[in-house]
Amino acid sequence: MREIQVSQITETIAQLSQQANFDLPEDVLEALKKARSKEEAPRAQKVLDMIVKNSEIAHEKQIALCQDTGTTVLFLELGQDVHLVGGDLYEALAEGVRLGYKQGFLRNSIVNQPFSARINTGDNTPPIVHTEIVPGQQLKLTILPKGGGCENMSRLSIMRPADGKQGIIDFTLRAIEESGGNPCPPLIVGVGVGGTAEHVMHLAKKSLLRKVGDHNPDPEVAELEEELLEQVNASGIGPQAWGGRSTALAVNIETHPTHITSLPVGVNLQCHSARLKTATL
Amino acid sequence: MPQCQIENSNSVRNYLSKEAFTQMKKVTTPLTDEVLAELNTGDEVLLTGVIYTARDAAHRRIVEAVNNGQPPPIDLHGQIIYYVGPTPPRPGEIIGSAGPTTAYRMDPFTPKMLELGVKACIGKGGRSKEVRDSFVENRAVYFGAIGGSGALLSGSITGVEVVAYEDLGPEAIRRLEVKDFPVIVVNDLHGNDLLEQGKEQWKR
Repeated sequence: MREIQVSQITETIAQLSQQANFDLPEDVLEALKKARSKEEAPRAQKVLDMIVKNSEIAHEKQIALCQDTGTTVLFLELGQDVHLVGGDLYEALAEGVRLGYKQGFLRNSIVNQPFSARINTGDNTPPIVHTEIVPGQQLKLTILPKGGGCENMSRLSIMRPADGKQGIIDFTLRAIEESGGNPCPPLIVGVGVGGTAEHVMHLAKKSLLRKVGDHNPDPEVAELEEELLEQVNASGIGPQAWGGRSTALAVNIETHPTHITSLPVGVNLQCHSARLKTATL
Repeated sequence: MPQCQIENSNSVRNYLSKEAFTQMKKVTTPLTDEVLAELNTGDEVLLTGVIYTARDAAHRRIVEAVNNGQPPPIDLHGQIIYYVGPTPPRPGEIIGSAGPTTAYRMDPFTPKMLELGVKACIGKGGRSKEVRDSFVENRAVYFGAIGGSGALLSGSITGVEVVAYEDLGPEAIRRLEVKDFPVIVVNDLHGNDLLEQGKEQWKR
């Protein structure tokens, strides 16, 4: 049994909140540059150049890549041999967000009473926390600041088993077509297939934790990822939906066994400002 | 809040090539009918002058005020509205990251804003058919700015002053002074739409 002080978790989350919002992950930046080199539409080329320049300025000045510093989504992988001491885990996580968003001059974007008063909580809390218990004695913390523009384009469909692979393709393409410029393409397209209604949306979100270019280990799923990426980029939507070839940088699909009556499909889009940062304690 | 002005290091002149800069239309506010008539869908424009920020909550309040017979908190005649909620400035800076937010959320309020005299809006993403028609009827345009480039765009903002609804924090109405703020004409006076045109041209 290993002990971890929750105060250490708070400090780590505070740092991750800032690093994630100032520095675009290396794999995302590389994918954007690759998209730029392949892009044929002159306007789209300019947009991609400005997106890359934006990441340089954000890094240099240590200011947010995007003013929407997001809902703070946290993924925890907690080793079952870890004993957390010194306080409540979830309070420690919220305190980390509170500190990180203040110290980093990040925007507070969370409101209470969602259908009525909509009062800003003032510190971007509470974060959305997904906790998984895993073997071992480490704690892996991942932050995914998720912007509203792309999160608002999420979709869920519980299809018939007969709808099959083509159903998944049609549904995903329709989600991207109808979203247009709202989710800030070029996108990383997260797709969940299987499980139950709530689990399939979790899978779609979790697929966004992958490095750009990494495929699902199942060859059949990896093939569908490739096929969908090609079709998405044939849509003509392009960066900011102003026309072009670079509509998505990747399509990531995660699957799970499901009920004999069901084919749940979830789509969670990630904007080009695909902020993500991980630390292991 | 006192008004302050600082020249930013990341103005467009530092990242656009001289050629690109020369090719873009230079437009100074306020927008006149003559200037609006010359703007065509797809035109790349550098805006210089004064624009006002407003997004979801401010739009709601403005339209509610007007519907209750009260005047809007600022004179909207001839103005440009930028859909943005910036991050707080670091010490020594005037504004943080300040890119456009998704425009369709303002669609329910936009026809009213145009009736009140607004001549242009800046956002990202497309607009509903009804709102596009409203732009044409009111002789106004919709500009797009690059979503997710708030660090870069903040370099074109040279002055900031909160002028209404300060309690809304990032959603308060701010008067911005901008210099060579890069936008593109998405919807022009003739009803053209850049999203439709772009997709049509580049789909396989």
